[in-house]
Amino acid sequence: MEQCINVIETLAPCLVASGTDPGLAQFISILLGVLLVTIFPLGGVIIFIWIERKIAARVQDRVGPNRVGPYGLFQNVADALKLITKEDITPAAADRLIYNFAPIVATLSVIMIWAVIPFSPVHIGVDLSIGVLYFVAIGSIGTLAFMMAGWASNNKYALLGAFRVVAQLVSYEIPMVLALLVPVLIAGTLSMQEMVQAQLGMWFVVMMPLSALIFYISNLAETGRAPFDLLEAESELVAGYNIEYSGMKFGLFMASEFIHAFTANALFVVIFMGGWAGPGVEQFPALGFVYFLGKTMLIYIPSLILRATVPRVRIDQMMNFNWKFLVPLSIINVLVMAFLFKVAQVLSLTPPPGLETDFIANLPLTAVLLAGNIVMIIGVLTVLRNTGRRERLEAEARRADDVRAPAPTMGR
Amino acid sequence: MIELGPQSVAFLFFSVFALGGALGVVTSRNLMHGALYLILSLFGVAGFFVLLSAPFLAAVQVLVYIGAIAILFIFAVMLTRGMTRLTETLNRQWWLSAVVSLMLLAVLLVGVILPVWGEGGTNPNMPSTDLVATTVDLGVALVDGDQYVLPFLVSSLLLTAAMIGAIVVARDDTE
Repeated sequence: MEQCINVIETLAPCLVASGTDPGLAQFISILLGVLLVTIFPLGGVIIFIWIERKIAARVQDRVGPNRVGPYGLFQNVADALKLITKEDITPAAADRLIYNFAPIVATLSVIMIWAVIPFSPVHIGVDLSIGVLYFVAIGSIGTLAFMMAGWASNNKYALLGAFRVVAQLVSYEIPMVLALLVPVLIAGTLSMQEMVQAQLGMWFVVMMPLSALIFYISNLAETGRAPFDLLEAESELVAGYNIEYSGMKFGLFMASEFIHAFTANALFVVIFMGGWAGPGVEQFPALGFVYFLGKTMLIYIPSLILRATVPRVRIDQMMNFNWKFLVPLSIINVLVMAFLFKVAQVLSLTPPPGLETDFIANLPLTAVLLAGNIVMIIGVLTVLRNTGRRERLEAEARRADDVRAPAPTMGR
Repeated sequence: MIELGPQSVAFLFFSVFALGGALGVVTSRNLMHGALYLILSLFGVAGFFVLLSAPFLAAVQVLVYIGAIAILFIFAVMLTRGMTRLTETLNRQWWLSAVVSLMLLAVLLVGVILPVWGEGGTNPNMPSTDLVATTVDLGVALVDGDQYVLPFLVSSLLLTAAMIGAIVVARDDTE
């Protein structure tokens, strides 16, 4: 039986000690845990949007929000208040039930991912034995929200936007899952917490940079960020799937997009950059939270600069890039990495039992896997260079033809 | 008398999802609503898997059935606007489907419910650790020569054949 030490660490025993029914006490403590995990991304989104706007402003040589509060920190609080008080318009021909449920499903699908993200060695919503699979499954519900919104709005632009979302998200799920297969293979687990523990000796981004890169790119597409922001291409679709939404319903879509961008980077850190791992975490588990957020920012801020600088790709380029480049590459990657890992196991280059968290013991395996990755990357770059050169020559030949036989122009 | 613990409440909750969703699929006139009810129903089944300590199957249920199959349904429905206002509820083959579903019900009653009905069928005192298989057990079972390696290989071959077939069917012959 647990003892009531203080209310913060042992809430449930304390409630029992004060005369609450044990079942109810456990229920209250679980409810509080759920609330904490949910409030972190929901409250954090105010800060994420502020960071994003500031960085986009700097890239575009502007100042960004700077009126409300110090450094414009409260600009988004004001915006949220504005969104809540705005009139809520539902199109007359909309399918009301689905229309109203879509923003909730969109936000849920992002918030639910946070249930399996480990903040520190002891702080995690729930350490599911299928954590990685859970996050992929929840991600697929997000697609559903976009389709519900696009269809229920009864608007052709919204419907076109929804079509694009499905094409994009369903396609990029394949390289993402295949890239995730490699860390799962090496760590030998699907649990997020064990995934971080497997990286205590060496981060997976060093062992398998190619998988990390594929995961990063497909995650970028999953979040619908530039250069893959075709689902809300303003010049073609006005606003995309959320065109008919106003007020806080639009706010929910916007918030879920910003939370998703942060969540994707947090997942990258957990799976490839060791999550909360860092010096001194064993003594002070709370330090893990600092490392985790610090590493996430290290990835998050470049992704924002990327978003503010790159142009949008065309839809055919996006699909070609996925199906003709990323998918074959990730399949080859899985095969090569599985083979190399088996070879390393046979040659007993893997860290001996008991030394999994030791940096030195991890070096032979890392060297083997990294060498395989470098060979693959060189091969990919060679293929890309040759393809690029061939296409350039073809384009030049076409232009030369055009000069020799000019296209018929309109009469004078 | 059944004890009403948190598990039973969750079971009731998911049952309402699964059965209500299934009822919605067959009664709704709008195909889009039908597809969404189907998702609700499948979600309830995923909940059953969680209650049965099979989290891997629950995740796969959500991933494959909701994330892939139901999305494909909705995609097809979205492309066919005329099918959102269906009026005729029964076609000429209704008696055939009634016979088939009654037979299915009989098979399920005899084959699944009867063996575990009443005394001796279920053993609530059996420790759950004897029943619960981990994801690792499942993975090993799929590649173990003594267990399911042959069905696993055959089904993957079938899926590959289906994929190639789909590509061949969808391909433009003029090229």
